[in-house]
Amino acid sequence: MNTADQYLKAIYVVQQLEDGPASTGAVADCLDVSPASANEMIGKLESEELCNHEKYKGVDLTEDGIVRARDALQHYCIIERFLLEVLEVDEFRAEAQQLEPVIDETVAERLDTIIDRAPQCPDCFDHEADVCSLLVNQHDAVDAD
Amino acid sequence: MSLQSPLSSDHQLARLLQIGVVLEEVVEARAAKHASESDDIDSEVRATLEEATVESERHRERLETLVDELDAETIGFEQIQRLVEQQYETDDDFDGVLYDQLCNEETTYKFYDDLIAAIEGSDVSFSVDCDHLLEVLREIRAEEEAGVEEVTALMERDQS
Repeated sequence: MNTADQYLKAIYVVQQLEDGPASTGAVADCLDVSPASANEMIGKLESEELCNHEKYKGVDLTEDGIVRARDALQHYCIIERFLLEVLEVDEFRAEAQQLEPVIDETVAERLDTIIDRAPQCPDCFDHEADVCSLLVNQHDAVDAD
Repeated sequence: MSLQSPLSSDHQLARLLQIGVVLEEVVEARAAKHASESDDIDSEVRATLEEATVESERHRERLETLVDELDAETIGFEQIQRLVEQQYETDDDFDGVLYDQLCNEETTYKFYDDLIAAIEGSDVSFSVDCDHLLEVLREIRAEEEAGVEEVTALMERDQS
């Protein structure tokens, strides 16, 4: 996933959590980058009409930005689910974060052909826990067995 | 979530190679299924699919050797074949044998291209011989690229 898509996903997640515009500080924290870097990339995304940035208010994704952010979130869900379901990785959340930048969307879509993802994805994503809520239940159920 | 370089340890390298093995297994299983079950394909398309099956098997064996050198394990082909079968039956987005094969070849090409770039951009010393690792991955990438060209030529032939 490229850097722009990672930013769009982060803005989307922060907007869901804050139920409004995302502060650049929160986006920077989410991606573990400096506020200056976040500001620079948000400027680029704004020039591509993927978001609107208002000083002191925050960042709002445009409709096009939301579509791309939700696609990026789906690809992230695919990586998490693939790691847990196919490779049986217990630390699937941490590893998905590490692998996200190097797994392209075409690769994620092919991995999607062998996992069992819910049709409502990515609406079932738990933004606070940074994981698909259905996947957490599935993981807990396996652990309980 | 992080923008950090993903390749900073043997563990991460092994994980990416494991994903490469699974991708090859998916290609192998899907191409084999198309070759054996599709009635409306000609001998040239069938031969391409059969070659792709053999090539993917060879690629995954080369990747498995690398994963083994990193003291990690890979997922057995039978397990991936079973998952492919399960999802295949409910696949509503299926757009034809050649299109599917093109997706297979393009996906694996892109995966190796990104992996090679990540290894080249990493300053970590892996416990496997990096020159050998890159040599293997570049050879596989070149074969995937040739595969994309071959399938594209067949699709163009069908359209003319």
